[in-house]
Amino acid sequence: MSSPSIPRGPLDGFISALARVNPVVWLLILLLIAIVIISPNFLQPFGYMNFIRRAAPIAILAAGQVFVLTSGGFDLSQGALVTLTVIASSILLGGNEEMVWAVIAAMLAGGVLVGVINGLVVSYLKVPSIIATLGMMISLGGIALTWSGGSPRGYLPESFRFFGRYIIKDVPLVTILPIAVIVMIVVCAAFWWAMHRTNLGKMVHALGDNPTSARLSGVPVVRVRVAAFVLSSVSAVIAGIMLGGFAGVSTDVGLGLELQSITAAVLGGTRLLGGFGTVGGAVAGALALQALFTLLNFLGLPKPLRDVAQGLILIFAVALAAHRRRRSGIN
Amino acid sequence: MSEEAPVFALENIVKGFPGVMALKGVSFACKAGEVHALVGENGAGKSTLIKVLSGIYQADEGSIILEGVARRFGTPLAALEAGICVIHQEFSLLPDRSVAENIFLGREPTRYGFLDRRRMSAQTEEALKIFGTARKFTGESRVGDLDISEKQMVEIAKALSRDAKVIVMDEPTAALNDTECAVLFTLIDRLRAQGRAIVYITHRMPEIQRLADRVTVLKDGAVTAAFDHVPEPETIVHAMVGRDIDTFYPEAGSRRGPLRLSIKGGGNGRLKAIDLDLYGGEIVGLAGVQGAGRTALAMALFGADPFTEGTVTIDGSPASLRQPRDAIQAGIGLLPGDRKSEGLALSQSVMDNGMLAPRALSGPAAAPESTRYGDTSSMADRFTALDLRAARYSQVIGSLSGGNQQKAIVARWMALSPSVLLFVEPTRGIDVNTKAAIYAQMRTLADAGAAVLLVSSDLPEILGVSDRILVMQDGRITAEFPRGAGEVEVMAAATHGAHEKAAA
Amino acid sequence: MMRLRLITFVPAILLGVAVAIYGAIALGTGQPQFLTFDSLLNLFGRSIALGITAVGQTFVILVASIDLSVANLISVAAVLASFIMNGDPAMMLPATLAVLAIGAAVGLANGLVITMLQVNPLIATLGMALILQGLLSASFTNFAGAVPEEFQVFAYGTVGGIPVSILFLLGLTVFAWAFLRFTRAGSNFYAVGGNEDAARLAGIATRRVRILAHVLCSVCAATAGLYLASRLRSGAPWIGRDGVYDLESIAVVVIGGTILAGGRGGVWGTLVGVMVFSLIDSIFNIAGVDAFAKQILRGVIIVAAVAIYVARSNRMAA
Repeated sequence: MSSPSIPRGPLDGFISALARVNPVVWLLILLLIAIVIISPNFLQPFGYMNFIRRAAPIAILAAGQVFVLTSGGFDLSQGALVTLTVIASSILLGGNEEMVWAVIAAMLAGGVLVGVINGLVVSYLKVPSIIATLGMMISLGGIALTWSGGSPRGYLPESFRFFGRYIIKDVPLVTILPIAVIVMIVVCAAFWWAMHRTNLGKMVHALGDNPTSARLSGVPVVRVRVAAFVLSSVSAVIAGIMLGGFAGVSTDVGLGLELQSITAAVLGGTRLLGGFGTVGGAVAGALALQALFTLLNFLGLPKPLRDVAQGLILIFAVALAAHRRRRSGIN
Repeated sequence: MSEEAPVFALENIVKGFPGVMALKGVSFACKAGEVHALVGENGAGKSTLIKVLSGIYQADEGSIILEGVARRFGTPLAALEAGICVIHQEFSLLPDRSVAENIFLGREPTRYGFLDRRRMSAQTEEALKIFGTARKFTGESRVGDLDISEKQMVEIAKALSRDAKVIVMDEPTAALNDTECAVLFTLIDRLRAQGRAIVYITHRMPEIQRLADRVTVLKDGAVTAAFDHVPEPETIVHAMVGRDIDTFYPEAGSRRGPLRLSIKGGGNGRLKAIDLDLYGGEIVGLAGVQGAGRTALAMALFGADPFTEGTVTIDGSPASLRQPRDAIQAGIGLLPGDRKSEGLALSQSVMDNGMLAPRALSGPAAAPESTRYGDTSSMADRFTALDLRAARYSQVIGSLSGGNQQKAIVARWMALSPSVLLFVEPTRGIDVNTKAAIYAQMRTLADAGAAVLLVSSDLPEILGVSDRILVMQDGRITAEFPRGAGEVEVMAAATHGAHEKAAA
Repeated sequence: MMRLRLITFVPAILLGVAVAIYGAIALGTGQPQFLTFDSLLNLFGRSIALGITAVGQTFVILVASIDLSVANLISVAAVLASFIMNGDPAMMLPATLAVLAIGAAVGLANGLVITMLQVNPLIATLGMALILQGLLSASFTNFAGAVPEEFQVFAYGTVGGIPVSILFLLGLTVFAWAFLRFTRAGSNFYAVGGNEDAARLAGIATRRVRILAHVLCSVCAATAGLYLASRLRSGAPWIGRDGVYDLESIAVVVIGGTILAGGRGGVWGTLVGVMVFSLIDSIFNIAGVDAFAKQILRGVIIVAAVAIYVARSNRMAA
């Protein structure tokens, strides 16, 4: 804020524009600089493209999770749905290349169904979303285990793994372009559009901010809530298709991803219990989280310490947001 | 302590809030063994005065003298421990705990470090004795299972067990039926006989006649009359009313338009046999004391707490109003009484709040900038026309004043050009200039053909704005007055116990 | 004492239904051996760790908080106990004390983050869960150390034919019940969970009450970890998560009639919830339901149980 006595120059506008940048962007830049210092190879197309490719599933999950968080809920069933997508696809396909598109369509339809159930249970049975989606998480895990008999075998055909694995080579400017990066950009752009360029996004915000005033203003509360859960579940199916591509078939492929997506969204400034959230912030949060993991990896720290770092920044980000809200006086 | 000395005295209390002087040097005292009625219209300063007495607010000037000693209460607990108990309309009870556990909350008797439940129930029985045979519950009853009058008894017992010297009752009969009121009055007689000082806040004249020893009337943050006896109701009403009804009320409506809404035999849990016709171009004011059913009627009409019987016709076609969205689509808009909890999405922008209803009724995938009920630039024009003051319309609405927030909601409904608009307490907590703007807006909406229903506890407002005034009591419409009706007669119709049907 | 309301009977009804189905299936499938006293003891004996954890979870839910870090704390406690003891009976007491102290410290940290930093309890304890699991997995990858035979009495010993572990759980429940019912601190739990404003107005230090609830909860989870170390004879970093103790402890508390919004419920209901859960588990076993299908049903049952309570309490509020 510039006081009236100081003349405003072009620099002031630039500085105030910088102040409006989501803090997670600075965090991301800081982490990337640290990575580059430790490993200059990161600046090679292979380095950063691979980084974005790895971050893509969390970014997509976070873009979906933001809808549920902004509407005032939590979706803890994302990770289990990722696992189920990978396992169900491998079983349904049974190595059959021709069925790929049909199976992808079936998986997306399944994702819609899961989201509808989550949304209806929360809306009509009034079960808190944390419990409803935890129950969904357990049930989906059970389905995945039952279906696969506990020890998933089988593999995913190459044309299915295309989305997670294939890399376009000899691209001008960037040399290589993984399909996963394209999928991430397309999906996140679609989610960004839905959140920030449609009435639905505005209604999701209004619902999470104050459900009573939303209802009294004519917002179709149940439909909006269901839509938020559906978008979150669909993002999990897409993330599952990608992870199936580069991680292969296992029962723990989705383990803990719901927490990563919530952490990413919160880092990106999404307010817990609703009312504010941006898809861009969530995607930046996912990239920052992945950058943190990469950095820890480069530092040679054991992989489990990722969890420690994730837990600390999750608490820190929420505490900081709570502190800022208290100071600004808006409860 | 001499016989004449008051138990407590508030002396020249001054309390201001940004933009408002709530109390302008109020003095108020109460002796042991007397019931002192505190009356005044909404916004007169009664509740601020009580909050100063009970430590919720600190006075800017003036002093609180309790039993001859000047005191300052920094917290409600300090006032409570000094013997000042306030029984609010919203009880502070734990529904899942027993009566005894509620009475001794936070100060349970212990023995060897453990709760002494035997002593607790003995002391509870002692405290409950005063209710005599009217009490149908025990110290072990769960508070959530009690009805409102019984919960009130628990609150009173809580005060007694703390040996309260001063008991303040804030409109204690608002939610009670006649039998329950009679029980309460007997109880207050007993408390008076015990030598406690009782401050009794009410609007209702018969209760003052029945209970009070003295009466103090507040108006606009100052004492306008203090009686050491109980005067005639007319005298009290005259002291309460007569606030400046100046130029800021709009002209009367020029002509009554076509019938826009009609309710026949409407009823639900709180409303009985509602027959109501609303015409375009007309502002109808709905008056009544708290709990009479004014807000319930608005919420039923809006589908938020729907009618369970009767029929509603809007612009000639029958309407089924099961939820607010139905009502909005049928052409009804509502400005809710509690702006922050029912009207606004506080952390969204001014523009988003204005556009909320237009967007909710347009397709979910459509762009939020232009809806079928107008685009953001026409909304911005509406804001400007209403003189809504914000640095930018993209500013978060939570940081605006109440008046500017209200204008955003007015603009929200104007965009839908509704047939019927319900204003519930539209000017609560709003400064005089903004009030004038909102009244003018109501008139503009009516002149444009809408039927406007105004629900308000501010009687001068109802009288000043309405073309026709309806009075509600006990969930029914009991009286009707034309524009120009006197404050005294309307107040009388709303406060008298008997259901009088005034000539329209 | 006379609270003749349907909702108080829901846990009892659920238990009755579960017992009836259990009996019917045992007889119907011609396996009456499942109805003997010993097999019932065995049935409940498998739920001791859940029971101990759930008693702790009851405290935090009563104050309208929640703890999702219990499962990982159980792993930490079990691994540390067997690592420190390393087969040496002389290290039993120091190891036990150290584990309980760590539990108290974790609870204190949870409570402070929730009350002082005002972090949503779900997030605070999820974050703690990640931190605990990360630290543990970074230090241990497999079974670590061993508990001496003397320590296995906790899981395998019997007194007069009754397993020590069952007696311990009963004792803990009695203790927790007495604390909630006969101390002012326990009474404050209900006040803080039921109506925080009313509690504060009555002079109760609401933050301290919340912190105490979290400390008690974490100490219980640490104790459950000690029990599992005794039962498995060693601790491994995955045992807490494999048992899904976080979610299941919340589920049995809710099934036992303690409401998530706080202020109502108690530990006896929780114990009933534990029994219902172990009965359901056994019913699936006897009926030969696939282990994984069991998990699906479990998710559905948890949601259904919460929905029943929400529906019942809504009706009361109306």
